[in-house]
Amino acid sequence: MKTCLVVDDSKVIRKVARHILETLNFEVSEAGDGREALDSCLASAPDVILLDWNMPVMSGMDFLRALKDSAVSQKPKVVFCTTENGMAYIRAAIEAGADEYVMKPFDRETLESKLQIVGMA
Amino acid sequence: MIPLAAPEMPASGALNVLAALLESRTGQQIAANRAWRVETTLKPLMRARDIAGLDQLVSAILDGKHPDLADKVVDALLNQESFFYRDAAIFEMIAAAVSALDSLALGRRVRIWSAGCANGQEPLSLAMLFAEREEAGGPQAPEIVATDVSEAALARGRAGRYSQFEIQRGLPIRRMMRWFDQEGEDWIAKPDLVRRIQFKRQNLVGDPPPIGRFDIVLCRNVLLYLSASHRGRVFARMAEVIRPGGLLVLGAGETVIGQTRAFTPSGRFKGFYEATGLGCASVAA
Repeated sequence: MKTCLVVDDSKVIRKVARHILETLNFEVSEAGDGREALDSCLASAPDVILLDWNMPVMSGMDFLRALKDSAVSQKPKVVFCTTENGMAYIRAAIEAGADEYVMKPFDRETLESKLQIVGMA
Repeated sequence: MIPLAAPEMPASGALNVLAALLESRTGQQIAANRAWRVETTLKPLMRARDIAGLDQLVSAILDGKHPDLADKVVDALLNQESFFYRDAAIFEMIAAAVSALDSLALGRRVRIWSAGCANGQEPLSLAMLFAEREEAGGPQAPEIVATDVSEAALARGRAGRYSQFEIQRGLPIRRMMRWFDQEGEDWIAKPDLVRRIQFKRQNLVGDPPPIGRFDIVLCRNVLLYLSASHRGRVFARMAEVIRPGGLLVLGAGETVIGQTRAFTPSGRFKGFYEATGLGCASVAA
């Protein structure tokens, strides 16, 4: 079973994403900000991360850079999942090393297709 | 397997008339398990025209005072749901087939027909794939002809305009960045991409196929909406326009087996079909 870490400061989004991911046979864990997510990855790296942009404590972009520089050996695939829907944001995320990008709001088919693109579904 | 179309509609005069209108214009049938969606599907149109219900809609169509109403109803009833790179593995298989066919084409350009292209996601997916291969030093991109029975769908394909919801379905983000521009909430295909496709109106059941012969014909998730007799006719027409050695590509749940003798599973390209030369012979014939 593939593992996915959902990183979002919204409990509602985490709940929705968890539900969809579990129907896609993922084992799901959650983090409420980038710092929590980094600690989680250092303890046990997931196969893929669904990552919000704007979060307290540590943003999605700061997390992505920290993950890159971290001791996590098996780097997970990173799919941004955010309301930041402008091309400039998308470009910045991809240049920073994100593998895919989901613009909120999203549905099951969108998430599934993005996970297929990164080879995770 | 292609499911059999519903043998009968629910007992509703208006539904029967609307189903008959759709089938006479496009060959498509409304399966019994989709009949309940008809009223929901037509609600926006009825609201815009201040029409109270299906019975009044049928009356308005029949009184002849609204010449465009029947067209609008047919457009609304057609299932145009599609997404980019639907069944993604198929596209890599098509690319491999095009490479093989290209070596046999002796200098002429490989031709692809996307039949029943809905809002254009399939031909645009092909156009992106082959444009990138061409840019990377690969062979000349194939000529792509895309047809649909719906002028509204073709207009969307020609405009290349998709909502945020539509653009995300199946399209890798790097391809979106490369081939689309953002305009407000929508994403617009670059003219350089759209011009690679010839969009043409064609009713698969009633009109002749596009002119010329094709190396690959894609007709995915369309035939399942047609009656068995219409399917047989469409298979026969496709067999006529496929070059010797050319391929037919159907949807993931569709097959020619038990449907027609005009095609047989390809031995060279698993999951694709080749013309047998038996032309219009349907299984029932």
